[in-house]
Amino acid sequence: MAAEPTVTPELARAHGLTDDEYRLACDTLGRTPSWPELGVLSVMWSEHCSYKSSRVHLKRLPTKGPRVIQGPGENAGVVDIGDGWAVVFKMESHNHPSFIEPYQGAATGVGGILRDVFTMGARPVALMNSLRFGAATHPRTPSLLRGVVAGIAGYGNAIGVPTVAGEVQFDAAYNGNILVNAFALGLARSSKIFYGRAAGVGNPILYVGARTGRDGIHGATMASAEFDEEKEAERPTVQVGDPFLEKVLVEACLEIFAADVLEGIQDMGAAGLTSSTVEMASRAGNGVELDLDLVPRRAKALTPYEILLSESQERMVMVARRGLEQRVIDLCAKWDLDAVVIGRVTDTKRWVVRATPGWDPMSGTPCPEGQSRIVVDLPVDLLTDAAPVYQRPCVDDPRPVERYEVDHRALPFDARADLLDLVGSVNVGSRAWIYRQYDHLVRDGTVVRPGAADAAVVRLFCHDETSHHEKFIALATDCNGRLCELDPRAGAAMAVAEACRNLACTGAEPIGLTDCLNFGNPTRPEIMAQFRDAIDGMADACRALGVPIVSGNVSLYNETLEAAGPRAVLPTPTIGAVGLFQSSNDVVTAGFKRRGDRVLLLGPWGAGALGGSEWLTRKAGSICGRPPSIDLAAEAALQKLLVGAAREGLLASAHDCAEGGLAVALAESCILGRLGATITLPDGRSSDAATLFGEDPTRVVVSCTPYVEGLLRDKARALGVTVTALGVVDGASLRIGDSLDVAVNDLAERHSRALSPVTG
Amino acid sequence: MLATVIQFPGSNADFDAYHALAHVVGVRTEYVFHKESSLPAHTDLVVLPGGFSYGDYLRCGAVARFANVMAAVRAHADRGGLVLGICNGFQILTEAGMLPGALTRNAGLRFECRDVSVRVEVDGAFTEQLRGRTLRLPIAHAEGRYHADAATLERLERERLVAFRYVDAGDGEAANPNGSLHDIAGLYGGPKRNVLGLMPHPERAAEPILGSADGRLLFQSAVRAALAR
Repeated sequence: MAAEPTVTPELARAHGLTDDEYRLACDTLGRTPSWPELGVLSVMWSEHCSYKSSRVHLKRLPTKGPRVIQGPGENAGVVDIGDGWAVVFKMESHNHPSFIEPYQGAATGVGGILRDVFTMGARPVALMNSLRFGAATHPRTPSLLRGVVAGIAGYGNAIGVPTVAGEVQFDAAYNGNILVNAFALGLARSSKIFYGRAAGVGNPILYVGARTGRDGIHGATMASAEFDEEKEAERPTVQVGDPFLEKVLVEACLEIFAADVLEGIQDMGAAGLTSSTVEMASRAGNGVELDLDLVPRRAKALTPYEILLSESQERMVMVARRGLEQRVIDLCAKWDLDAVVIGRVTDTKRWVVRATPGWDPMSGTPCPEGQSRIVVDLPVDLLTDAAPVYQRPCVDDPRPVERYEVDHRALPFDARADLLDLVGSVNVGSRAWIYRQYDHLVRDGTVVRPGAADAAVVRLFCHDETSHHEKFIALATDCNGRLCELDPRAGAAMAVAEACRNLACTGAEPIGLTDCLNFGNPTRPEIMAQFRDAIDGMADACRALGVPIVSGNVSLYNETLEAAGPRAVLPTPTIGAVGLFQSSNDVVTAGFKRRGDRVLLLGPWGAGALGGSEWLTRKAGSICGRPPSIDLAAEAALQKLLVGAAREGLLASAHDCAEGGLAVALAESCILGRLGATITLPDGRSSDAATLFGEDPTRVVVSCTPYVEGLLRDKARALGVTVTALGVVDGASLRIGDSLDVAVNDLAERHSRALSPVTG
Repeated sequence: MLATVIQFPGSNADFDAYHALAHVVGVRTEYVFHKESSLPAHTDLVVLPGGFSYGDYLRCGAVARFANVMAAVRAHADRGGLVLGICNGFQILTEAGMLPGALTRNAGLRFECRDVSVRVEVDGAFTEQLRGRTLRLPIAHAEGRYHADAATLERLERERLVAFRYVDAGDGEAANPNGSLHDIAGLYGGPKRNVLGLMPHPERAAEPILGSADGRLLFQSAVRAALAR
């Protein structure tokens, strides 16, 4: 084993610590940190673990509500769905690993978010994902898309959790930095939620699951010169997932939960054993002591530094009640899983790690007696609450606003050809090539499948000894980064509004949100201004719609260095939304159902804003124009109307106007229903680009039988929602005014082939 | 009537089968862990469920056939007891030699999850009075391409052991989703056509709310066959 490097300010800098941060560590400790301590400080104070740039802003998000059982700060959020049951959900990014190694990066993203959910005591029952790739024409886009989708499928399909919904967008801004955001949801008894707490002084700490290797160490720290000299360190920084092991881990954990022997549990995610045990100690206000000699390994000659920073997948930390640890070990043995006591909870509020220097359990030699010594001894709060927090400077970026003034009338416009182009574009058309690679049906719960409605609908089997309910939820994920680029505050508000509107279109009431905030480098003031504004926009929308954010993740430094300077991704505050149905009878899908049904637009017409729209971006070749604004009070009223009308059975279909605007929404309802429609625009509206393809929010195309149209209008009037008659479902083509007549078969054909420019 | 659903490590459609049998068809159903060496007394139907047994890191089903419980499953089949292998269960049955041939990588080389139409080719314990019917069932697999040598295929056809064949649904999709020889979606075996393996998932199409209730017909047929014994 190589000698440990001497810790110096230079080495601290190479680990990503600033000089001030290094000084804070030395001053607090009254000494120079050891080599493993430096590694621990660098990961715990990393942006990823400490949220040091975002924390001051995240406080402004509404996180409370009558249904919220657990908000942000735990492994996942928990929301009450009634009758003693709760849903547990969160979304998380795996952007950088997926760009380096798309299959394993995406796969371990799914594995990680599933662990966050089942660690709370929930059985995972649904997955979603939100993906961003570079331009369809970029040479790396096809292999990245193929690899990411295969990775998500490879993990989710094997572990047996259906991937029921998602979204994907392509834009040149993501050429050098794709986004892979994975969402997982689980079902739990609301009285049996488990928390990541090292509670109960003297309780044993168990290590359960995969053995520790060297994978992922560089994922959490900057490579140092010393590291590069070691051949072993040349391993890829991306972790490798084993969905089979995680499937077994899920089943074992659920049996351990049921046995009621645990005080706390947490998965080993980013920064592995370190962050999991530190966070558990912090939440409980305790200390912990770990003995690394006892950690199961799969690589020889691991140093304490490596064991503490390894991000090997499929590992859990459990705190059992004293005397009951054998019960945990026995249940793990049933599933052929390693489970070992590696430490105990203390009252010292210090995070203490022991190891026997130079001894390798894999060497086959017995551990030399009495040579174990303390290799890390740090105050827990130095790694958590007392970690550095920054109020970084914010300066508005003038460039998006300078791009507002565009004369779209100067651009070529052909209603029919443009509609076909949009319906068949990679950003609008069918995602079947993607979701067919995901098992979206396993567990017999998928009532509305991907692509059939604005949100997926999942049946939850709320079954145990005393309960036999079936409940129904809707799931959607959404964000339009182009609108956030042009106006971060309005764009982020629209992301929240659209995700919730997607739920409402299916008849579900939004009950909770999770977020995954993907931005560029926070030390650039214009990026920090985007982040600040996006948080405010999300908070505006959450308050207006009465929906809390219960969990989330921040991913910064999503940018690439180009010749012209740093290029950040579009600000992409992805929203994952969960809605609850009163009854499965209320479920509404997006396709037209019957000839003769009336087609109506619910919601205000808006200004016909084309800024940031798919149409204008394609025509102008860049993200430009004045973006739409949103009236959040109108949005709240519209969503209330949709849910109420669904519950009364008034709606045959509902589909919101999003990318591609009104004309694309109508076309998609035609395609899904394999039915045509005859649309007459109201007086004063011509079939121009803004009317057909503008992307003003807060608008939903619905259809209903003529008999209930009056009831629907009465309901809308009572809520103050504008209703416009658009036409009738009939024939085999979509006709809009005099200018547009296109066969539904032609639309469907273009729609179905939309991803072929990327997938071949 | 007692149905059992075998749980291998990595089985993931065990709940789907349990739900269809216990909650939809209303049959007494128990899970049996792979480490058991016997089946519960009076077991009528054994289901080998879908999933990725032992991770399927080798050939699908190649490890599961060595599981402790498999000797009891084989003995049950040899006695004429009902055995249903769905998806990974079908793969296990072929690996265990309880059905001939093999299920290989889909011709399209991708996992495929969608509805297909299959025609019932023969009456049998799971298809009593269903011959000629077309059923709508979902598939979800990456290794479902049925393969066997020419002599085996000839025998399967001559002995009328092909239970289900993929057929065109008229929806513009390829009828045969994986390149299976002879469009084979499911096979009968065992001494009395008492063993059935199929790639589509009848247990995921046993209720109208899931888009099709056609799969329930197989389970109802099995219940009748078990009660008639």
